[in-house]
Amino acid sequence: MSATAWAWLVLLFPLLGSLTIALGFKALPAKAAGIIGTAAIGLAFACGIAALISLLGDEPEARHHASSLWDYASVAGLDIKLGIYVDPLSIFMVLIVSGVSTLIHLYSYGYMQSDEGYHRFFSYLNFFVFSMLLLVLAGNFVLLIVGWAFVGFASYALISFWYRRETATRAGMKAFVINVVGDIGLVLAAFLIFRELGSFDYATVFERAPEVFTTNEWTITAICLLLLVGAFAKSAQLPLHTWLPDAMEGPTPVSSLIHAATMVTAGVYLIARTHVLFELAPTAADIAAFVGLATLLVAATMALVMTDLKRAIAYSTMSQIGYMIMGVSIGAYSAGMFHLMTHAFFKALLFMAAGSIIAAMANEQNIDRMGGFGKAMRFTSITFVCGALALAAFPGTSGFFSKDEILAFAEARGGMYLIFTVFGYVGALMTAIYAFRLVFRVLPGKPCPEAQELIDTGHLHHPHGAPVNPATGEEEDTDVGFPGAEHHIAEQSLPMRVAMGVLAFLALFAGFVQVPGVDDVVEKWLEPVFEASALAHIHPSLEADYIGLGVGGVIALAGIGIAYLLYVARPELPGMLERRLRPLHTLFANKWYFDEAIDLLVVRPVLAVARFADRVFERVVVDGLVSGTEGTVRGAGGVVRAVQNGFVRSYALLLIAGFAGLALYFLLSSS
Amino acid sequence: MEEVLFFASAIGALGGALGVIAMRNPFYSVLALIVHLFSLAALFLLLTSAFVAAAQVVVYAGAVMVLYVFVVAYVGGGGESAWEPIPGQRFLAPLLGIALFIELSIAILSSALLALGTQGPEVQPGFGDPAAIGRLLLEKFLLPFEASSILLLLAAVGAIVLASNRREGEAHEH
Amino acid sequence: MNIEWFIVLSALLFATGATGILIRRSPLVILLCLELMLNAGNLALVAFSRMVGNGEGQVFAVIVMVIAACEVVVGLGLIVAIFRRRLPLNVDDLRELRG
Repeated sequence: MSATAWAWLVLLFPLLGSLTIALGFKALPAKAAGIIGTAAIGLAFACGIAALISLLGDEPEARHHASSLWDYASVAGLDIKLGIYVDPLSIFMVLIVSGVSTLIHLYSYGYMQSDEGYHRFFSYLNFFVFSMLLLVLAGNFVLLIVGWAFVGFASYALISFWYRRETATRAGMKAFVINVVGDIGLVLAAFLIFRELGSFDYATVFERAPEVFTTNEWTITAICLLLLVGAFAKSAQLPLHTWLPDAMEGPTPVSSLIHAATMVTAGVYLIARTHVLFELAPTAADIAAFVGLATLLVAATMALVMTDLKRAIAYSTMSQIGYMIMGVSIGAYSAGMFHLMTHAFFKALLFMAAGSIIAAMANEQNIDRMGGFGKAMRFTSITFVCGALALAAFPGTSGFFSKDEILAFAEARGGMYLIFTVFGYVGALMTAIYAFRLVFRVLPGKPCPEAQELIDTGHLHHPHGAPVNPATGEEEDTDVGFPGAEHHIAEQSLPMRVAMGVLAFLALFAGFVQVPGVDDVVEKWLEPVFEASALAHIHPSLEADYIGLGVGGVIALAGIGIAYLLYVARPELPGMLERRLRPLHTLFANKWYFDEAIDLLVVRPVLAVARFADRVFERVVVDGLVSGTEGTVRGAGGVVRAVQNGFVRSYALLLIAGFAGLALYFLLSSS
Repeated sequence: MEEVLFFASAIGALGGALGVIAMRNPFYSVLALIVHLFSLAALFLLLTSAFVAAAQVVVYAGAVMVLYVFVVAYVGGGGESAWEPIPGQRFLAPLLGIALFIELSIAILSSALLALGTQGPEVQPGFGDPAAIGRLLLEKFLLPFEASSILLLLAAVGAIVLASNRREGEAHEH
Repeated sequence: MNIEWFIVLSALLFATGATGILIRRSPLVILLCLELMLNAGNLALVAFSRMVGNGEGQVFAVIVMVIAACEVVVGLGLIVAIFRRRLPLNVDDLRELRG
């Protein structure tokens, strides 16, 4: 079968899985839903591998195929087909998405076992994977927007999964609204592309763009900036990032899949896919790179002081995606995608381990209350440390090779781009510090009550009384479900252990596919996609690569050392630092006041307009019109009704009056 | 000579009509109508319709009016109150009557029927005699003749039924 | 003494009868006005019969008299029935067709 046929199957299986579970949830037992869901994604992954093999059979230059099912709209100059585009970049993303998704489905099979909404969860999760695969396989901008919107919906549905919790529903709405802002940017960009280039199809657009536009013309810059709005909203970059920490209200597998490995990388994929346009508008590309850098640094500072475990990891995601955005904006396409891959592995793993710990803590997420899990949960702690090592770019781990490749490229490009290298390393230092801050706060040390219970008895008791949300004190709804009903920790669940084990292995060793000077699997694979790009051919020299790796390794170790100093050796130091740098700490802890700024600048004016619309326009104008019409009709009816007064003589009068009128008419018309 | 008769009869007819509609007491209205009917009979004679004039006096002024007199005597003749419940009726009714008359007059006077302006053709001496009317009734208009006699029968029976004493339970109370 | 005069007189009597129906309230008087209108019609019929020159109009007029007689009989019967049941003899009190 051809590569495109396999690609269609890749799309089909998750969709079928989602529909089967959704339609048959009454008939399916809980375990069956989980098996169907996981199997669907597993099959998609297998088809992805088959597509890969099929592509390998082609010559590198010929490894791009388009295929369409039917014409979606074919009218008045529009020619949109339901078409996919199979090339090394899309297959790369398909494999990462479906591969990591399979593992996360496996994890959820155990983790969500006692949840009331088990079927709903797997149906939504399958639908999400389908949408993400649609996004990466789309062959034209219209289908891309469709996939983009579906992914946004799936994210909303899964963030507010426990929909009776007020915090969850608020977070879902926030994520959706900010996503829609991004959607607007993307749609406007698509319109402009159509107006200038006459087509939505990728192949046509990328072929015509260099002919139609000159560099830095304002149209192409506008298009790229609008694309960036979409990318930043989806990938949670400044200033459209405020939804990501709140999105941690969703179940941990959701955070792991959507908000670490796949959906938030859609923006990176978008920039890489439309790199032709970005290379024609270097200004926009530079803006993107600077935003990525700013996000990188700001998010790292926030992660340094965050006390909520999942939110700290979320800020870490934001920061790492800043690296990726920076990478693909300055031309390090394959380096950026490589970091996307390794980040997917270790971030998903970190979330899984965090999920296990939080489940042990009955959904308490504050690291101040945690401690001593190193002894209590061996497997979870080992995998957690693996993920943290990869995040911190410890020498030899996957993160080590991928992150430094981006920074080496920036250095090789020279000139202004050295800023990125320098501040990239600063960010790397902060990353190492905060990664191991989490490790040292949660794992070693005096066991907290839950950990003690695990060590002593080997299992956890269930709390009595009505369950309560630890963060807000709100009582939980037992019909819809809530997190932490049962303690599903990795030590007690085989599927969770398998998933985490595979990811730990990948997090540690997946970097070896692209060691400078030894092999370059990823770059070779993605080469045909970026063939025509001028930037992609900039290669750092081998010495520069090794120097970069060396600097990176030193920084990682330094960071781990500083973290050890602050949180293990001299625990009084963090308190002292906080007191000395109080204003800075407050700024970081309050997330740089972004939420407050958006509230002031956007939310309040919109609410004011809405109030005006309700009080003035709706009540006075619209209601007035309607009631006025009603009153008029009623009055007219009253007048007409008066004729029927029951008096025979008045009827006779009307009769004779009518007759006289008719006679008059005939007299006049015949004269 | 004929014009004098015509105008005298016309004034009688009109006066009778006005008396019918204007008199308060219904008995006086009945008397006015009798005057009107006699005047009309005179007019019929002027139109050489002897039989119709005779029928008018005997049937109409004789039988029908006597019926009226009996009923007025039985029912009594109270006047009507002055207050008019329907707004505008008192004002519009004469207006409409006048309008009606004017329109009909215009229609008649400007009619294309030129024969209206004449006194009619010369007629045989037997025109309007009972013999002539009788021949028409029994030859050409036999069916209407018989139908109207059935109608008379129906009316008589109906009147008896209407005015009879019914049992109390059958009385309609609206 | 043209035929016209008779027809105009007939129209005048008809209009008078119509006005009478509209302004009087006693059913008896309304029946009398109805008689006025019928007679006006009779006058017109006989005048036209004279104009045309055959007796058919007069036969028509005789039949109309028969009809008028029947109608008077029934109408007066109704009035007597109303009077017997002690209802007011006033056309305005019959208002069931009210809207």
